[in-house]
Amino acid sequence: MGVPMQFVMPDLRPLTPEILMTVLSLLVLLSDLVIKRKETIALLSILSVAAVAFTFRDSLGVTFNGMFISDGYSRFFGIIFVLNVILTVLISVKYIGIERVNFGEYYGLILFSTLGMMIMASAGDLIVLYLGLELMALSTYILAGFIRYDVKSNEAAMKYFLLGAFASAFLLYGTSMIYGLTGTTNIKAIAGYILLHGLMGNPALTLAMALFVVAFSFKIAAVPFHMWAPDAYEGAPTSITAFMSVGPKAAGFAVMGRVLLDGLYPIKPEWSAVLIPIAILTMGVGNIVALSQTNIKRMLAYSSIAHAGYALLGVIAGTADGLASVMNYMLIYAFMNIGAFAVIIMLRTEGFKGDNITDYEGLSKTHPLLASLMLVFMFSLTGIPPTAGFMGKFYLFMSAVNAGYTWVVIIAVIFSAISAYFYLRIVMYMYMKDPKQEVAISTSPSMSLALAITLFGVIAIGVLPASVVHLARIAFP
Amino acid sequence: MLPKLFFGYFAAVITVLSILVVTRRNPVHSVMWMLLLFFNLASMYLFLDAEFIAAIQVIVYAGAILVLFLFVVLLLNLREELKANRFIGSWPAGLIVAAAIMVSMVFAINSFVPGPMGTYSIDYIQKETYTKVLGEVLYTEYLFPFEIASLILLIAIIGAIVLAKKRMRS
Repeated sequence: MGVPMQFVMPDLRPLTPEILMTVLSLLVLLSDLVIKRKETIALLSILSVAAVAFTFRDSLGVTFNGMFISDGYSRFFGIIFVLNVILTVLISVKYIGIERVNFGEYYGLILFSTLGMMIMASAGDLIVLYLGLELMALSTYILAGFIRYDVKSNEAAMKYFLLGAFASAFLLYGTSMIYGLTGTTNIKAIAGYILLHGLMGNPALTLAMALFVVAFSFKIAAVPFHMWAPDAYEGAPTSITAFMSVGPKAAGFAVMGRVLLDGLYPIKPEWSAVLIPIAILTMGVGNIVALSQTNIKRMLAYSSIAHAGYALLGVIAGTADGLASVMNYMLIYAFMNIGAFAVIIMLRTEGFKGDNITDYEGLSKTHPLLASLMLVFMFSLTGIPPTAGFMGKFYLFMSAVNAGYTWVVIIAVIFSAISAYFYLRIVMYMYMKDPKQEVAISTSPSMSLALAITLFGVIAIGVLPASVVHLARIAFP
Repeated sequence: MLPKLFFGYFAAVITVLSILVVTRRNPVHSVMWMLLLFFNLASMYLFLDAEFIAAIQVIVYAGAILVLFLFVVLLLNLREELKANRFIGSWPAGLIVAAAIMVSMVFAINSFVPGPMGTYSIDYIQKETYTKVLGEVLYTEYLFPFEIASLILLIAIIGAIVLAKKRMRS
């Protein structure tokens, strides 16, 4: 003691993708000063995330005394985040012009939010986890309120912000309790301390775990912590709704897997007992309330709540297999959900919102190609083979059955059957009703590319799921 | 005994002040009670031997953030604000949930076992001074989180600019 602390430069190689992402995000942000064409900035941001994805492979390692972990798990989620950015930017280019919010900061904020998600997925320390979460959330709040002159967008940002702050308080409370109990914030060290000192079953530890579950449930919009989701999803710019429904949710699952399966694995019986009712409620409320929605963005918000419920089954299973199917499902969900949102955005034209379910009446007669794409995405969200949605659910349910939660899976299958009603209602409107009005669509090359990528993803993973599943399995240690 | 008495006093005052902040009809009164609340929180930090955080609490929260609150309150229409209800209709349900959480917390805290003591004992901190130790830890052990925090501040600035930007010409 008393000797001045020697500073040793930490190994920065595992951080290469994050450092590159920070630099490129700042460049994209600054490029707004010199580049007047916003399409160029969009292209720059896609190239940036692609460059970041190329550095994933050589970045594996642990640094900053275990605070930052770059492993297969975090990098698999990294690929989901990169995909999320590429698809979101592609569907945004024309849309944010129509909404008259074509500002350069839009792309910078998307990149910063993704940086936050990458830090979350790689966090080996609760403090890093919290800061990554705040970086992601703060950028997303701003993006949700990006259409400033629209009251609904303001409301979305406000609700998302207030409830997000509320969730952060739970997370910090849980962190402080864990720190008090174990004297560390390192996720691996927490598990070691709990095992060494036999803290299993200690009510204070159970309370800390419950606080963590509440905070993560807010982020993945699980019932009863989902109240913000429908309003935030409806009011936010549609491209950002697509972004929010995939990125932050996947990041939420990434930290959930890390904290529950790494740090709190010794008390697995406790946390699975808390998660099972949450998962059942989430699937139930999400699917049943979605039945009565008339706005398609709201309907997809409830659908996204329900999908979080299915994905929770993989976490409840608590096995490497279960977590691999969650990762797999999040990747599939990125394709099918952004695909569906891309179709919604195409219906948005000057002076026409196109987000009511009745706007889809007779779409197969006026725009047959668009209707058939929507058909594929709706089938995939329902989970009908040969689409990817079916394979995703199949692996999730299998992992839960193998872990001995057959009764929960039976409930999940029942709710999944109920969900067919509201997804296929869109299909019914498109194919079995006559068009009441002439619906124009806004096409653009970037949008076609986004639709092509999502369609390819949904079909390819649906037909040949083995390679992706294998990738997810080897990624999880 | 004396430390417990101190802690009990501040804890009770902070609770009462927090309740006053959320129940006042006049937002200006709420902000004023909050000022008092921040000072009491600062005393709590002092009592925990964290004088730097206590000073920051007074300068940043009581000094800067509260003034910002007052500015916002001045922009409100106080006459209408005074007539509006402080709580939504379903506040009893919220109260029940909050009470349930409190009961379970009190129950859980009873079985709390403190973890191991860290390397930074009170004697060591008193010898080296608090601010110096904090700086050392922040720029070595916690360098990475510190850098992420700087990005968060950058996002806050960008957010303020985006939300205040001129509307686009159509």
